[in-house]
Amino acid sequence: MGLALAKLAQWTAAGHGAGTLEITPLNEAILKEIITFVESFIYKYPQEAKFVFVEPLEWNTSLAPSEFESGYVVSETTVKSEEVDKNGQPLLFLSVPQIKIRSFGQLSRLLFIAKTAKLKEAQACVEANRDPIVKILGSDYNTMKEDSIALNILDKITRDDDPEREIKKKIAMLLKQLDQHLLNHSLKHISLEISLNPMTVKKDIELLKRFSGKGDQTVLESIEYTSDYEFSNGCRAPPWRQIHGEMCYVLVKPHDGETLCVTCSAGGVFLNGGKTDDEEDINYERKGSIYKDLVTFLREKSPQFLENMSKQGISFNEEQQKEKDPLSEAPKKDEAAAFHKDISGSDKRSLEKNQINFGRNQMTKRLEPSLNWKTTVNYKQSKGSVKEIQEDKHTGKLEKTRLSVSLGRAQLRRKSAEKIEEIISDSSSESEEDEEPPDHRQEANADLPSEYWQIQKLVKYLKGGNQTATVIALCSMRDFNLAQETCQLAIRDVGGLEVLINLLETDEVKCKIGSLKILKEISHNPQIRRNIVDLGGLPIMVNILDSPHKSLKCLAAETIANVAKFTRARRVVRQYGGITKLVALLDCAHDSTEPAQLSLYEARDVEVARCGALALWSCSKSHANKEAMRKAGGFPLLAQLLKTPHENMLIPVVGTLQECASEENYRAAIKAGRIIESLVKNLSSQNEQLQEHCAMAIYQCAEDEETRDLVRLHGGLKPLASLLNKTDNKERLAAVTGAIWKCSISKENVTKFREYKAIETLVGLLTDQPEEVLVNVVGALGECCQELENRVIIRKCGGIQPLVNLLVGINQALLVNVTKVVGACAVEPESMMIIDRLDGVRLLWSLLKNPHPDVKASAAWALCPCIENAKDAGEMVRSFVGGLELIVNLLKSDNKEVLASVCAAITNIAKDRENLAVITDHGVVPLLSKLANTNNNKLRHHLAEAISRCCMWGRNRVAFGEHKAVAPLVRYLKSSDTNVHRATAQALYQLSEDADNCITMHENGAVKLLLDMVGSPDQDLQEAAAGCISNIRRLALATEKARYT
Amino acid sequence: MGGARLLPWSRRGQPGSQSAAGRAVVMATPSVRAAHALVDGDLTPLPQPQGSRASREGLGSRAPRDPRRGPIPWAPGMNRKKLQKLTDTLTKNCKHFNKFEVNCLIRLFYNLVGGVERQGLIIGLDRNAFRNILHVTFGMTDDMIMDRVFRAFDKDNDGCVNVSEWVHGLSLFLRGSLEEKMKYCFEVFDLNGDGFISKEEMFHMLKNSLLKQPTEEDPDEGIKDLVEITLKKMDHDHDGKLSFADYELAVRKETLLLEAFGPCLPDPKVLM
Repeated sequence: MGLALAKLAQWTAAGHGAGTLEITPLNEAILKEIITFVESFIYKYPQEAKFVFVEPLEWNTSLAPSEFESGYVVSETTVKSEEVDKNGQPLLFLSVPQIKIRSFGQLSRLLFIAKTAKLKEAQACVEANRDPIVKILGSDYNTMKEDSIALNILDKITRDDDPEREIKKKIAMLLKQLDQHLLNHSLKHISLEISLNPMTVKKDIELLKRFSGKGDQTVLESIEYTSDYEFSNGCRAPPWRQIHGEMCYVLVKPHDGETLCVTCSAGGVFLNGGKTDDEEDINYERKGSIYKDLVTFLREKSPQFLENMSKQGISFNEEQQKEKDPLSEAPKKDEAAAFHKDISGSDKRSLEKNQINFGRNQMTKRLEPSLNWKTTVNYKQSKGSVKEIQEDKHTGKLEKTRLSVSLGRAQLRRKSAEKIEEIISDSSSESEEDEEPPDHRQEANADLPSEYWQIQKLVKYLKGGNQTATVIALCSMRDFNLAQETCQLAIRDVGGLEVLINLLETDEVKCKIGSLKILKEISHNPQIRRNIVDLGGLPIMVNILDSPHKSLKCLAAETIANVAKFTRARRVVRQYGGITKLVALLDCAHDSTEPAQLSLYEARDVEVARCGALALWSCSKSHANKEAMRKAGGFPLLAQLLKTPHENMLIPVVGTLQECASEENYRAAIKAGRIIESLVKNLSSQNEQLQEHCAMAIYQCAEDEETRDLVRLHGGLKPLASLLNKTDNKERLAAVTGAIWKCSISKENVTKFREYKAIETLVGLLTDQPEEVLVNVVGALGECCQELENRVIIRKCGGIQPLVNLLVGINQALLVNVTKVVGACAVEPESMMIIDRLDGVRLLWSLLKNPHPDVKASAAWALCPCIENAKDAGEMVRSFVGGLELIVNLLKSDNKEVLASVCAAITNIAKDRENLAVITDHGVVPLLSKLANTNNNKLRHHLAEAISRCCMWGRNRVAFGEHKAVAPLVRYLKSSDTNVHRATAQALYQLSEDADNCITMHENGAVKLLLDMVGSPDQDLQEAAAGCISNIRRLALATEKARYT
Repeated sequence: MGGARLLPWSRRGQPGSQSAAGRAVVMATPSVRAAHALVDGDLTPLPQPQGSRASREGLGSRAPRDPRRGPIPWAPGMNRKKLQKLTDTLTKNCKHFNKFEVNCLIRLFYNLVGGVERQGLIIGLDRNAFRNILHVTFGMTDDMIMDRVFRAFDKDNDGCVNVSEWVHGLSLFLRGSLEEKMKYCFEVFDLNGDGFISKEEMFHMLKNSLLKQPTEEDPDEGIKDLVEITLKKMDHDHDGKLSFADYELAVRKETLLLEAFGPCLPDPKVLM
């Protein structure tokens, strides 16, 4: 019964003197909170409940003496409690209609007696006792109002040793807590309930105006403001009314009724007293209940409005949507509500933020206006603070979505990160669940909802009842909204989980079924999952999988499916042999070829298998579980189930296969087991989720060439291409584009895709898609681009521009793919012109600074064709300030791919003599020479080319010799790669212009190797080798000549 | 979870009707095993007997059986023709058992009773004998419920279950459809037979269902509350009592509520 009341509650506009509380949702919520606090007080703080108030709380009650039962002395018009204080005075004294109460214990009981009239009693009590703290604790505590001084008082109390003081102190603390809680709660409430501000109201009215006028089709006959003057803050109400949060008054004339005079206030929309006689003024008193906005109000008041609205509804809603979207300050109520339901770690964080915000407000004493809208000035400030909070929430939500986005991406990228996966052992989607959410027990405070107490009671019966009572209690518990977190946590907090799990250990089938049905629901909550594992629930459920009861098996498997969403749980399932048992469930042993008429008996078998597949799906996110599943013979069973026509069965089966396809073993089995055929078939199913998982599975498997061919042979490319057009479901789109990407690694598939016009569609998907889709789309284009014809298509569809735009992104996987496509397009001169015009080369060059080596390498590769095909390439390259230094310095990288790509780029750069001079100055020769001792053939190839190019300048030939690059190069000739041979021979030919190098070559046995090369069918190689030999030979002749003359 | 069980009845509790069980224990073992044989029989129909005349009495109806369970002995004092006739009539009225099963049940019945009818002398299982079967074979424990089950079996209300009532009852017990079971259970729970399960009846049936806590002021408080919870869950027309329609609706929504007020059907684990 805190001071919060004085500050928070919305007292009637009539002023403080009358002192009645308005019936607003906010007040009601506050009163309810107070009631829960007082009701639970007697249980939670039995000591404090006996504390006698300094002064009684008095008010006029509506309860009749007859309603009091045991514990009270009841007469015709009076009631006295049997509980008395030290002086023998009763703690509760009722003399109709006045009631005096002097302890929390009695208050609690009164509320129990009041039953349905609780709210009314609480309201009366609060109204009559405007300063409950003073009455309860004495006038000393009046100062409690000043929060800053509160501590001093607490100190003062501590100094006294009197035990009663102790209790007083405790009560003071409790009241303060309640106070805090009320403030927080009401803020939450406000942010949810009160969603109106001048802007939204104005938009609403303008919109309605557009749809009003004469005629039957309009929604209203007219809608007018009462005042034409608009204040700078967007309100039209006179300032002295704005204090009350009112913004404007509207005269609405519906088709079927009198003109309504409506007040739009921050708290909502309501009917006021209408225009008074003198035509100027309005009777501001509220005459009806409050609605959340104008449209809701009108819907309620005018049936005609409702009807016409529904006719015009679509266009109206669209308009409204359009209007609302840019209004970022308009709090999106639904979103906020949804947000509140979905309490997660980030939610809690943002709530905490609210709290912090609140604390600040309190300190600066802005609290009162912020909730009461007392003055115009503060009104704005408080608006600001509410807005701030809302923004906090939005960012909270954004964070979350971003998180999930990146997770999805992670999943898509799983394949490429295979090595990492081997170490971690679990696939990446796991991280989602592995963030341990903060274990927030519900605070032992007043914010416990009524469900909490009801659930507590039911759990009591579960503990102390026999089978019959247990079944009744379990069934009754299922009537609660178990999807709601309050209920889930309530069950846990009152010790219900222990009992439910304990029930699973009994041999009462019905109790087990009832218990599992509840566990299945509440295990959707990540915290509950953890608690179930902590309490040892999983081994028991795993044992139930052996039960002969099919419905029990099903429920247990479904619950395991829910619980096994984090690593530890999956491990427990495996350790207790759950995987083997789950695999056994899959064996439903009925002949799937005749699915037409399933008997009831068989249908139940199918259901068992479905639940088993569900659980395996959850479990298959762990590497070790996949292995265990394979050893238990899960694959053939999954393959068999894949042939069933039941969609709800196929989803978990395909989901499991898709998870497992990250393993080489499974991929081989999928290839061999005619699985692709079924996957392709189900791509054409009607179920989006199924399509998604099928596409995902193909994505996982299509790294393998044979599999890609299988997809084509079974006609899978066409459904994939047609699914590309359905862009509403982003997850599915991501999976489909992923599958297309991997499939298009095969040239034949690309031809097919071109036939199906998939390339055009892919180009269309380059904009306005989430990143995980973009990565795949661009990846697919990258594969298609390997053919000239497709590059032309991309250019003609206008794909170059969005591709270049994507170069500024930050997503690493996306950048790798984009650079690849841009590089491929640059091969074609016409595309290159566009890229150049869009400044794409500069963007590519900037990516060389990207911290990730894959991006660097990919960008450097893409630069090669750009430099090769650009007009005035040398000039262009020089125009990038510091660009040449940057690329030369990349030769210090230790990533082979980066080095190879940079060598390739340098080869192209060095074609321009001026640039070659610059890079020589930047020390390219020693850097290249240092790389010479490598075994990587790709690097050797490009390094040799770079060296041969760089020899063209100054005394670089000599310098390479000085830096000992020649001897290693000779060894390249022993490599098995002809590309290396050619490049090396050319480099050696260039180097052999210098006599010292010739000597080195000869010493290293180059002549014999080169002689072999002369016999090569490759003309360039022949020529270079021969040239080199001739240089060496010439030197030898010259030496001999010198010696003998 | 620690060693101590939270629940007072985690193993099936002591039977409430120990005395009843004790009294009739003499005849329990062989016949009950025979009942098991029947109860354990799969849902698939038993194979029809071969035509060979195997036994001394020349009856051809000895099906291949699980040797562990011993044969059902020949009904004492029953001639073959009579048995055949009885089997035929009862099979006609029984939809869940085939002829062979009915035959076995009849023989079992006479074995349990220990003789056959002669000239107007009606014999059958009396209340105690029947309760003993319920307890030992079907795992029932609640005295009152067992009495009610007896009454539900004893259609003609003559204080004993005769052979046709026996076959009928078991047909429902073992193979009954949900509809039949609902009708039967409602009959069992409707103690005074007025077509409604009243609050008082519920209270009566549930009164032993909660562990009494000595600290509680009103020991019946919990039971009353439980009755209220049940009503809230099942009383769809809010008239403060359960009609069959209420009950049926609730059970169809949640099958667990079939035996809402006490186990009156065979314990599923006995059937397994």
